[in-house]
Parts: sequence; structure tokens; C-alpha cells
Amino acid sequence: MEGLEHILSEHAFFEGISAENRQLVSGCARYHSFNAGQYLFREGELANEFFLIRHGKVALEIVAPGQAPIIFATLGEGEIVGASWLVPPYRWTFDARAVEFTRAIGIDAACLRGKCEADHHLGYEMMKRFLPILVQRLHATRLQILDVYGKR
Amino acid sequence: MAVPPLPDPLVPQVYRVEQVRRELSDTVTLELKPRSGSRPAFEAGQFNMLYAFGVGEVPISMSGDRANKAAFVHTVRDVGAISGAIAKLEVGATIGLRGPFGTTWPVSAAEGSDIVIVAGGLGLAPLRPAIYDILANRGRYGRVVILLGSRNPDDMLYRHELEQWRQRLDVDIEVTVDHANVDWHGHVGVVPALIPRAEFDPHDTVALVCGPEVMMRFTVSALRDAGVPIDRIYLSMERNMKCAIGFCGHCQFGPTFVCKDGPVMRFDRIADIFTTREV
Repeated sequence: MEGLEHILSEHAFFEGISAENRQLVSGCARYHSFNAGQYLFREGELANEFFLIRHGKVALEIVAPGQAPIIFATLGEGEIVGASWLVPPYRWTFDARAVEFTRAIGIDAACLRGKCEADHHLGYEMMKRFLPILVQRLHATRLQILDVYGKR
Repeated sequence: MAVPPLPDPLVPQVYRVEQVRRELSDTVTLELKPRSGSRPAFEAGQFNMLYAFGVGEVPISMSGDRANKAAFVHTVRDVGAISGAIAKLEVGATIGLRGPFGTTWPVSAAEGSDIVIVAGGLGLAPLRPAIYDILANRGRYGRVVILLGSRNPDDMLYRHELEQWRQRLDVDIEVTVDHANVDWHGHVGVVPALIPRAEFDPHDTVALVCGPEVMMRFTVSALRDAGVPIDRIYLSMERNMKCAIGFCGHCQFGPTFVCKDGPVMRFDRIADIFTTREV
């Protein structure tokens, strides 16, 4: 457990978090590694865990019937994979695939949601960390949708 | 720093197309040599007015190496009647050319600092002369970071050259595309997202940015978030340039004319009007 706590303390997402909250989160955490090509999760599956990438690269993909998968984002070291665990019905809305060998920490979503419900300070701390990421990704998506490099 | 234009800046000189290189399905790079005399000197960031005889004239940034003293190099995308006519020119054809015009990237003034170059799509073309200058004098700069955003892997400009630069150990180059299929192993996402991941000293960095204006807005925001002061961010602006010498007013941008006060502008000087829709 000490190892997990140490890793969490060094991950960009948890920078500056109190020792107490870090301990609470690490109680829901476990190690993962994914080989290149292995899926972290698939669209439609229960979002029962999210991931902090320690190193490697993960591609987020959407598949349309009859078409090759389209990668709409890649995430790397220090970044978070997955926010669907925060919002009912807690199901993934895209696929996440390791592009290269990837080490990550998985956080059990039900465990963390339970702790956030029981301790609103922890819940607010988590919200303050997730919200800027979601806003940042919303802005990025907006820029992608504009297709600024296409012909006007 | 503006370089003096030709004595009569409104009279095009006749140039010959010496080389044509197809970059993308709709984009070519032309090497143009004067039919008489020598090529005027230019600085990175400047542009020429290219005249397709009988069709019209468009501003196109320099995209070649200043060390090539014989010719101007321009990368042109077919987006309309005039650029389409220019993009169809073959070796041996003639073209009218006025210039060089406009302000320059602060390549010399940035010596001693880290350099962050952010290009979106065809925006790499006006930045390429600055990259050549910086790489030719690599020892005069701190870290050099080049970040490129492209629509997809097939639309990446100067791909061969990017691969060559990437082999250097003294330049950090990251490329991202807006979307890709599973064959692509690089970054996917928008180019401003690469800025927080890049290593440079934000307080001692000069940033050179060129691309679609919306992309530049997001990029400026990311650079500011990273701590780069706004008087160290330079953008290459684009407006409807016609005369190229500040007479006609077509390219007015607030109190400035992009043709003579730009195209390269320091961000703090345009920050107040940069996001104003009516300007």
C-alpha cells in the first residue's frame, strides 16, 4: 500500500493532495500493466475503474459500423483515462487501447464514489481535480470539431 | 524589423518556376527565380505578392531557406481561383512577384532564449524559414521545441523534413493530428495540448505561432497558462492583403495593417483586439 501511495503522490493528477486523502484514494487503487494493443476497456462496458497513466500511451477510439476505428485522442504519462465512472449509468462511451506497453494505476470507481459520498471534503477535492480536465477536453473537442485545417 | 521592399513595390517582377514539388493533394511548393537580376534579400516571416497573370494576386509567405540565395520558395495551397492557378503552374512557367513585404520572426532577438514553435496545418510554411535560421545557428538558443498540429497523418506538411529534424538530438519535435486511424502511433489531439507536455523555461522562452486563427487563440491561451509572458509570444496574422504596403486598407486589423505592421505581430500589441469579432 505504501508503494501505491508513493506512486499516487508523484502522479500529476494528485499533486498537492493531503496525505489523508491520498491514503483514502490509495485504498481503492491497484497496479495495472497493458501490452501494446490490449484494451483498458471497451465502449458499453461498466465504468467500474478509471486509470492514471504512469507511463506509456493510450488511444481513445470510436468505432462506427463498417468503418475502421477512429482515434480521437491519445493520453500519456501523468494523464487520466476515463470520466464515465463519475456519471450514471457508469458505462464507457468509447474504447481505450494501449498503443504501447503502458503502466497505470486503476482506481476502483465504486470504492472511490463511496468514499466521496461519506467524506464530502474528499469528494470536493476529487471534483476540483477532475473538472479542469473535463473542461480542457471539452475545449480541445471544440477545436477538433471546427476542423480548422480543412478548406473554408 | 522590416526589410526595405523593392524601389517600386507596386510593380511585379517576372519570375520563372524552377521547381515544383507536390506536398499534399492540394498543396505545392514552388521555387521561383527572377528572370533577370538577383533574388532580393528577405527575413523569415515575410511574404511576397504572387501574381498569376490574368487571374490575380495573392500574398504568400516565404517558406524556403534564406541560405538559398538564388530563389524564393513558396508553398501554396489551392483554395481559390488565384491560388489554384498558381498551384497548377509547371516548371518553366512565369509568374509575377512583388516583395518581400512585412515584419519578421524575432529570430535574432530570441538568441539566448528557449524557442517554442507552434504550427497548425499549413502554418508550418511561414515558420520554416525561421526553423532553418534557428537550426543553422543552433548553439545560440536554449531548448528548441517544435510542435505541429495537422488534420490527419496524410495532411502533414513537409513530412520528410520533419522526420529529418526529428533525428537531431538538439530539437524536440512533437506532432499531433486531430484524428487518425489505428495505423497511426503518434499523438492524437489538438496542438495546444502538447504545450503542457513540452519542456522549456516559460519565463525565458520566445514562442512563434502560426496557423488558423482559432488554433492560435487556443495556443496563446495554453502558452499563457504555461507561464510564457505575452510580450514573448509572436503570431503570424492573416487578413485580406492587397497592396502590401499599407495604402489600400484591405488588411486593416484594428489600428494596424497586417501587410506592413504584420504579418508577424507581438501578441501583447494585439491582445485587446485579437478575439474581437468585429475587428
